[in-house]
Amino acid sequence: MQSLMFFDLARRNVRLHWLRSLLAILGIIIGVVTIVSMGILGNSLVLAISDSLSSVGDSIIVSPHTGGPGFGGASGSNLLSDRDVEQIRRAAAPHVTIPVSSGSSRMKIGSEDTVGVVYGLKSDDIPILLELEEGSYLRGSSGAMAGARFAEENNIKVGSRINLGDRGSVRVVGILKERGMGFDINPDYGIVVEQQWFRQAFDQQDYNLVIVKVKDLSQIEDVKDAIDRQMNRKETVVDVIDTRAILETILTTFGQISTFTTAIGGISLIVAGVSILNIMLMSVTERIKEIGVIRSIGTQRREVRRMFLYEALILGLIGSGIGGVLSIIGGYAVSMVMLQTTEYLFVPSSLVHVLYGIVFGLGISLVSGSYPAWKASNLNPIEALRHE
Amino acid sequence: MPECDGDTIIRFREVSKHYPLPSGDVVALDRVSLDIMKGDFIAIMGPSGSGKSTMLNLMGCLDTPTSGDLCIKGRNIRGMSDEELTLLRRDHIGFIFQQFNLLPLLTALENVQYPLILKTGSRECVERCRTVLQAMDMDEELTSHKPSELSGGQQQRVAIARALVNDPEILLADEPTGNLDSKTGTAIMRLLDTLNREEGKTIIMVTHDPAIAEYAHRVVRIVDGRIT
Repeated sequence: MQSLMFFDLARRNVRLHWLRSLLAILGIIIGVVTIVSMGILGNSLVLAISDSLSSVGDSIIVSPHTGGPGFGGASGSNLLSDRDVEQIRRAAAPHVTIPVSSGSSRMKIGSEDTVGVVYGLKSDDIPILLELEEGSYLRGSSGAMAGARFAEENNIKVGSRINLGDRGSVRVVGILKERGMGFDINPDYGIVVEQQWFRQAFDQQDYNLVIVKVKDLSQIEDVKDAIDRQMNRKETVVDVIDTRAILETILTTFGQISTFTTAIGGISLIVAGVSILNIMLMSVTERIKEIGVIRSIGTQRREVRRMFLYEALILGLIGSGIGGVLSIIGGYAVSMVMLQTTEYLFVPSSLVHVLYGIVFGLGISLVSGSYPAWKASNLNPIEALRHE
Repeated sequence: MPECDGDTIIRFREVSKHYPLPSGDVVALDRVSLDIMKGDFIAIMGPSGSGKSTMLNLMGCLDTPTSGDLCIKGRNIRGMSDEELTLLRRDHIGFIFQQFNLLPLLTALENVQYPLILKTGSRECVERCRTVLQAMDMDEELTSHKPSELSGGQQQRVAIARALVNDPEILLADEPTGNLDSKTGTAIMRLLDTLNREEGKTIIMVTHDPAIAEYAHRVVRIVDGRIT
């Protein structure tokens, strides 16, 4: 019951000095909205990136070594030969090895001219790597599958014919599902053809890269090492990268950026805390005599402390509460402006930032209120009573 | 450690109070010995700076002696913790100030309720507070007013009601009529006199006014920290 009385006193005092209380609350609101919006934005960014990167966490990509001294490339070129692929296959066994050829070409679809990427894959490998949206996978050697975005932008349907100029023409047998940005291949903006057809059309017998699909993620390191040992025994012939590691690095980097922006938002909350400290110290100074009176009629030090902490708590509760609500609106606005979507706003990992913001706002308020509360409770009652 | 017998409610034994200052210690009380019996009505008189307020502060457990023993209700307050002193104040001592010192945010009734809630932890005490306020001749309708809406006399009546609500044995009054006109001052003094005579409250009052001091049974004069 004493707690209720002290809370009531604190509430009345906050109301009595409504303007400065309002300003302190405003500071907390701004602080909470800033950190929550930044947190939501950062989280949405990470989610958006994870979504746009294809699920290639189980792949190892082997590409000809570039940037090395001298020739810089497998077998003296920037391509991998059948022999290289065979060696990689042996090193990576029993995991699936998919050699990929790629090039770009001018294409004519109907009357439209465009340029797109052309991937050459063995028809057996395509279902392992890519998903089908409509139509069917490649069977013969003259068909093609169009990437989702490429098909959309160029109005390609199953049955459309794509003319690659001198290289020949292909009929589209299937449209691929959108795959997102990948570290291996990005067929969304191109077409996939049978490897045999690619070899003839592009006059390229070798491969640009080899993808190894690792069934068990825990074996990624072992497979990577095995390929590295097999291929790079004498000199570095191939680069072996593991997409999971890249994905992790990218997500960690964005996570760090998000933490950093949230921390910047946190500074505004600390400033709000300082303003609470300031008005609470004013409150203590103005009420020295009152503190002397309540101490003289039997109020314990801890009860005086509690009364002032309640004041900070009230400011923090109102500020954080309103800030929490407004920060959802803020997060919505920031997501719309920065990401042009709000689909990552109402997910638990974003909304948890609202909770963090409220808890942080309350914490800052209490921490800011604790020194004035301590100061008030330690006043000498006689001196406080004499204070005018 | 001196024991207080049954009727001695406050006992000073060689009590000194020094205040350390950079220019040297100030002796506010110098080896004061005094027995105050249950039901006494004592006026402490003396010039400014003589140590009257220091005596009152010591009796009110707002301070502790530098040396000597001060027993209140049989307990030596020297060496008591702040918490123990506060509890002693809350449960056994009522304060009446010259400036009334009511809490400005609370109504008259809430001001009286405050110490009772501190002691009992319960708000089921409104009736008791109303009774005490009525005994102080406070109109029922005034009890919902804030101190700033009350006259000096009314404020002092509320302050006395606040001092009495926990039914303390000791009332300490620091110039209780100092801020009141003579008519209201007389009414307040009559109230204190009644409390002393009819309820047996022990009253220790600091005053400069000999006419007010006449209400007391005994006058203690103090000069330069010593009882004369």
